Amino acid sequence: MKVLMYGWEFPPHISGGLGVACYGLTKALAAQNHQISFVLPKLKPMSSEGTHVDLIDVGRFPVNTSNLSPTDFVVRQLEQISKNIDIHAIASPLSPYLTEEQYREELLRLQRLEEMQVHNAFSETNHNIMLSGEYGPNLMSEVVRYAAVAGSIAMRVEHDVIHVHDWLTMLAGVEAKRISGKPLIVHAHALEFDRSGDNVNQAVYDIERHGFEHADVIIAVSHMTKNIIINRYGVSPEKVFVVHNAVTRDSYSELDGHQKAAKEKVVLFLGRITFQKGPDYFVEAAAKVLARNENVRFVMAGSGDMAPKMIERIAELRLGRKFHFTGFLKGAEVEQMYRESDLYVMPSVSEPFGISPLEAMRYDVPVIISKTSGVAEILDSALKVDFWDTNELAEKILAVLEHEPLRRELISRGSQELKKIQWENAAAHLTQIYARLA
Amino acid sequence: MVNLCFYFQVHQPNRLKKYSYFQIGRDHFYEDDEKNGAIMKKVAQKCYLPTNRLMLSLIERYNGAFRISYSISGVCIDQMKKFSPETLDTFKALADTGCVEFIDETYNHSLAFLFSKDEFVRQVQLHAELMKQEFGQTPTTFRNTELIYNNDVALAVEKMGYKTILAEGADHILDWRSPNFMYQPQTCNKLKLLLKNYKLSDDIAFRFSNKGWESYPLTAEKFANWVHAINGAGETVNLFMDYETFGEHQWEDSGIFNFMEHLPDWILKNPDFRFATPAEVSASLSPVAKLNVPDYISWADVERDLSAWRGNHLQDDALAAVFSLEERVLETKNEDLIRTWRSLQTSDHFYYMCTKWFADGDVHKYFNPYSSPYDAYINYQNVLADFETTLDR
Repeated sequence: MKVLMYGWEFPPHISGGLGVACYGLTKALAAQNHQISFVLPKLKPMSSEGTHVDLIDVGRFPVNTSNLSPTDFVVRQLEQISKNIDIHAIASPLSPYLTEEQYREELLRLQRLEEMQVHNAFSETNHNIMLSGEYGPNLMSEVVRYAAVAGSIAMRVEHDVIHVHDWLTMLAGVEAKRISGKPLIVHAHALEFDRSGDNVNQAVYDIERHGFEHADVIIAVSHMTKNIIINRYGVSPEKVFVVHNAVTRDSYSELDGHQKAAKEKVVLFLGRITFQKGPDYFVEAAAKVLARNENVRFVMAGSGDMAPKMIERIAELRLGRKFHFTGFLKGAEVEQMYRESDLYVMPSVSEPFGISPLEAMRYDVPVIISKTSGVAEILDSALKVDFWDTNELAEKILAVLEHEPLRRELISRGSQELKKIQWENAAAHLTQIYARLA
Repeated sequence: MVNLCFYFQVHQPNRLKKYSYFQIGRDHFYEDDEKNGAIMKKVAQKCYLPTNRLMLSLIERYNGAFRISYSISGVCIDQMKKFSPETLDTFKALADTGCVEFIDETYNHSLAFLFSKDEFVRQVQLHAELMKQEFGQTPTTFRNTELIYNNDVALAVEKMGYKTILAEGADHILDWRSPNFMYQPQTCNKLKLLLKNYKLSDDIAFRFSNKGWESYPLTAEKFANWVHAINGAGETVNLFMDYETFGEHQWEDSGIFNFMEHLPDWILKNPDFRFATPAEVSASLSPVAKLNVPDYISWADVERDLSAWRGNHLQDDALAAVFSLEERVLETKNEDLIRTWRSLQTSDHFYYMCTKWFADGDVHKYFNPYSSPYDAYINYQNVLADFETTLDR
């Protein structure tokens, strides 16, 4: 099957959880004889070779292939979708990292600056579009411009199905379908409701709803996500399929007898320090654990808008000697961090899936996860807590640290379970779905 | 006779290197030698060496009539030995003139008094030994880190045998009184208290090169006139400032060296005025009154209190953490460990964690090797965590 995929992240290009998932998924699909063209906003010069997909840089395609000029396309498309996207304010500072306050400030700044840029971007009809591919202040503008090129790509790249990942590429998917008439699969890795709680960004929500409406099939990374799609977006349940994520097994065998430096037990939080990930619950639980057992170190690895607040809270609790902040960790450091940890905790408020506990398990680290996470649906060898119940979380942390048999049981059952959580299974499920559509 | 009393603080912090979580338990060297060395060499070139040369020539020119005093932190002398021995030599040359008084403080420029009186005494003794060893003087004047002061500090310092103590002439402790007289701490019977005339001190230290200031440019003649105007309404004008004022805070091209070179001439034009060191002022005057200072004051920031180092959670947690180790550290009787622990007490480490971003925040930022107080806190706690692991071996 020839699959035309539209994505925003792909390693080594900007890569959060979305990029990791796209990589694992496409690799397994390629192994099952699918031919994948993966469209990205921007490629780094180095790296389109030696990979299992054909990476396509949006910047290499001209805009003007539809009968409409790109500007007309954008205006028409947006008018249909949402009253909340004003063409003149298209340059929106959307980013998962901004708080509402920062967002408003940024928006004011942009409103003065951006109008001109948007017009410039479309001023010459046959020009190529240069995107940054980053989650910068021009994200919404980039999303729309990315979509404007999508049709052009769909016309030139042969494909049987269109498969898009998250809201960033949904407009592109709808446009590609309009041009090529091929079936559209919309893959929901995370929803606006996960990122923002109840303070949803209406424009993003509208784009998501628009994408779901035009999709022939929707893939949700968990039943939890499927339920949100049904309940919050009014989508019919028959259209939504659950395909759980998995974990890549690269470098699995490279584990050596690496010595950890701390003599205390180390409990790890690794992820963005944002509302969605529940870092504050981790901090409060840490305080409760340390009140009972001093021989523990806590590490919060990552960055995010809640980091200053977390640091101040730790200082206020007078726990700075036992609770460490590493900042954002890169590749090898992440690996080292897992290796030097005795327990991984993911207290997410809302986690559509959550690959990181599976990554921790690869390093024989037992995990405690939030019940409100997709990964909780497929993991039995994890302890599960309500993210808000910091007493329970503290109890479970202490239990794992203090009862060696429990720890060993979690590790050995976890490694059994991990063997079954493979991208091959996800790819096989997708193969069936592709076949039914094409 | 009215005294003009110059006192210069000479201090450089022992900045910590970037120390990540992964270094804990693996890397037991904490200081940023490269940065500390580079800064010491730069400040020596711009300030210490040229200013010392100037002071030496003035002392020579006025044949003993020009007199000054210094307090040099032990941390700073350690750095001079390591990175700029010629600087230490010129201070020794100044000591040899007999016109320069060296003042005691805590060796590590620390906040020890606030947390452990015993440790405070030990650090002051270490500094006294250093002054004896390097400059052949046994100081009789004391000034606490950044002029941190209250009745309790005065009492402790009197008990240690000092005759004079320096403090900030803060408005809220002086009220209607003038800083241009000598006082006695409320709690003391022997110790004398000299207060900084912050208006005249800051005219040199802060405002000298400020083109927006109504008195710009400040000439030696103009300044001497202001000093002379005190005649009859004061007995000592205490000008206390960072030594780095010369050539570092006020650049050479501001004319600061030229100003200093001509100041003695203008001051001494009035025969009622003389230069004197704190010990000499103290010996020649009687206290006019007792001064009650129950709450801590300092010479830092607009608040003139402890809020530059203490008061936010980051600072309080870090301070509590390092001082909580006292007993365990001393028990080891390991010189290296004890020295390292003291080096982690230098007040600058906590100054970097200050979150007062407005007004004084500018000053904090200028002197801050970290991009944020959070980074300073995280780095410090990582270092301290490692230090703690070394205690258990």
